[in-house]
Amino acid sequence: MSIEKNLDKLQLSRRTVLKAGAAGMAAGAAPMIIPSTAHAHMNEPTGSSVTLGFNVPQSGPYADEGADELRAYELAVEHLNGGGDGGMMGTFSSKALQGDGILGRKVEYVTGDTQTKPDAARASARSMIEKDGAVMITGGSSSGVAVAVQALCQEAGIIFMAGLTHSNDTTGKDKKANGFRHFFNSYMSGAALAPILAANYGTDRTAYHLTADYNWGYTTEEAVRTSTEAIGWKTAAAVKTPLSQTDFSSYIAPVQASGADVLVLNHYGANMVNSLTSAVQFGLRNAQANGKNFEIVVPLYSRLMAKGAGENVKGIFGSTNWHWSLSDEGSKAFVKSFGTKYGFPPSQAAHTCYVQTLLYADACQRAGSHNPCAVAEALEGFEFDGLGNGPTLYRAEDHQCFKDVLVVKGKENPDNEFDLLEIVEVTPAAQVTYDASIFGGDLGTCNAG
Amino acid sequence: MFGLSRGDAVLWLFVLLLVLAAPILLNPFPESSALAQFNAGYPDLMQRFLIFGIFAVGFNILFGLTGYLSFGHAAFLGAGSYAGVWMLKLLTINVLPAIIISTLVAGLFSLLIGYISLRRSGIYFSILTLAFAQMSFALAASVLTPITGGETGLQTALNDPRIFDAANTTGNIPAPSLFGMTMGDSHQVAVGDWLWTFNVGYYLCAFVMMIAFYIAIRIFRSPFGMMLKAIKSNNERLSYTGINPRPYTLAAFVISGMYAGLAGGLMVAMDPLAGAERMQWTASGEVVLMTILGGVGTLIGPVFGAGLIKYFENIFSKINESLLQTWFSFLPDGVSDFVVTVIYPFVGKGWHLTLGLVFMLVVIFLPGGLVGGINGLYKRIFNKSNQAN
Repeated sequence: MSIEKNLDKLQLSRRTVLKAGAAGMAAGAAPMIIPSTAHAHMNEPTGSSVTLGFNVPQSGPYADEGADELRAYELAVEHLNGGGDGGMMGTFSSKALQGDGILGRKVEYVTGDTQTKPDAARASARSMIEKDGAVMITGGSSSGVAVAVQALCQEAGIIFMAGLTHSNDTTGKDKKANGFRHFFNSYMSGAALAPILAANYGTDRTAYHLTADYNWGYTTEEAVRTSTEAIGWKTAAAVKTPLSQTDFSSYIAPVQASGADVLVLNHYGANMVNSLTSAVQFGLRNAQANGKNFEIVVPLYSRLMAKGAGENVKGIFGSTNWHWSLSDEGSKAFVKSFGTKYGFPPSQAAHTCYVQTLLYADACQRAGSHNPCAVAEALEGFEFDGLGNGPTLYRAEDHQCFKDVLVVKGKENPDNEFDLLEIVEVTPAAQVTYDASIFGGDLGTCNAG
Repeated sequence: MFGLSRGDAVLWLFVLLLVLAAPILLNPFPESSALAQFNAGYPDLMQRFLIFGIFAVGFNILFGLTGYLSFGHAAFLGAGSYAGVWMLKLLTINVLPAIIISTLVAGLFSLLIGYISLRRSGIYFSILTLAFAQMSFALAASVLTPITGGETGLQTALNDPRIFDAANTTGNIPAPSLFGMTMGDSHQVAVGDWLWTFNVGYYLCAFVMMIAFYIAIRIFRSPFGMMLKAIKSNNERLSYTGINPRPYTLAAFVISGMYAGLAGGLMVAMDPLAGAERMQWTASGEVVLMTILGGVGTLIGPVFGAGLIKYFENIFSKINESLLQTWFSFLPDGVSDFVVTVIYPFVGKGWHLTLGLVFMLVVIFLPGGLVGGINGLYKRIFNKSNQAN
């Protein structure tokens, strides 16, 4: 039935007009059903922009790291879109990025709060994928979250570029074809720390571990334990502490009576700040045990933690992924542009997140697509330099980066409030490389949604 | 209809209509407009609306009818979640056994906790349930790590046995499905600038929710429900008439525990991961808020309350500072900065603040919750038009 016909016959009853109107409306706005096969891959960008999802802890024990990660992401987006001084894009060995976004599309982003809870992190990531059409999810400051979100991205057909996650599991037993990690892991910390600890504290030591009670804590405890026992140390006890714990005095009190002369704090973020402060208040640093000075070791260190713990970190050994005082060109460029924008140097969390964003953008550019399978192929076995840790390899077998690891020590006489850690040794990548199969797990196949 | 009175049948059909049309109703703003930020019609959030709706409706059977305020209902949600993930790991990736078993497990668990907690009433009952829930949380987060995955959470894995499923050769963890229909599958329909997503998992939730809602109505209107209301209005008098109220309260407790377990089972069916924080006291407090916001003792109130809280949690929390700046960029520089500074604490990670204000306003001005408010408004208009006639 057409409107003209009705008009010709001049049968303009209310009913026919309504009918004709409805038909006209239906023709004008015909619903278009989009089957899921219409896209080459999940959330394929079609307009003039591409959306990335930055999922970082904005509350909880790792909120400081999360805030710094977000700053780094904003900086990376600015640089990718051609703003600012370009940062590490100038020093990066791959020159695929042009400063015009990714594949000519302007980079936009959405943010979410992981709350350092796997549940909340997944809800936040799902809404980014389903509502905002994010084509890649990155961020996080906890391995529990990283493993959970990585599994979600695998299922949804999205690339996951892990933020700060240090557990062996992320690229070990829980590795996924769609997930990639630039940050180093517990095994590497143990391998890098052990020789330094042997040289400074001797080979006849007994260690007491306090361990954050989730997957990162477990693998870190195991790595440090294995590597220190290999140099002759003994382990007195290993006690697990809840992630939400803020008062560690009841955990510190039994340490001295245990016969241990070294306390290993497998804690990160606010956990470490609180447990270390508590240990110092109990006088552990001035104590004597087994005729030796009592020592404290923090396997995973960061400047933000050192800042939180203040005076207490002086002389304490640990390992870190990256430190702003490194003097290579990439690090200098990054510290400069971060410092110009925010007024203070970046943390290792900021560094790894910035680098991951550039690596993803570069991989898309080289692959000529956002398709997770193409991006994964571009990243697998990719060798690059100029991003702050020297020559680096993205290993194809487990999607883990292999690069130099820094062993650091709390500085005795800091020059300023940011100069809290000094680099004791740069452990070469070869010394911390392991066989990809030792942690089990299976990558599976890439999923494009 | 199906043993419902006319009014209840209309209410049920109204809810059915709302639930079916939700993918359209919740996306009122065109995709390209700035207001699209406030659209809630995406599968994850819509599923949450319904799942927490079920949770709150079940909680209301206990709190709304008997007046027993449980501060530990999240424990049953968590127990159901863990049971559900284990079924997905051990039996089959089909969600049906997971949903049924999680309801039963939560029922047994609530029978145990209810049997002990219901020896006391009032504030002592609340504290007992809170204590049990915190114990469950602590157990799940550390002691029972081999079963619950601790703070890492419990997930499906590639090498799970899944004894009823054919051997998995895809190299990927199978996604939860119902007889071949994958929960994550969606059909998108674009009409003009609007985009509607019709998701398989959502409609499974809708189906379960409508059954759960129907059962809740029947319980409210049954002699058993009347007995529960009698317990609320005067427990002592009931005892003096020779009736022992404890079996009734225990039954209500177990039923609401099973609702929580059902919600937990649906949660893992939509996203196969269970974390210990689902059992934390904040999660238990949340369902109390949902019920009070929507209207205690009303049938539909808790569903609205659940929707409101989940909307705040997922939509308001995602408004960040740079987004605010683009919204107010039309204002002169100083003014826009000022406006952003004023608004920012209430959105993003400050969404709790806004929710708190809304909660205060509701409690002060609408003591009967949202539904109580709507009813009051309806009566006012009705009375006025009556007087005019």
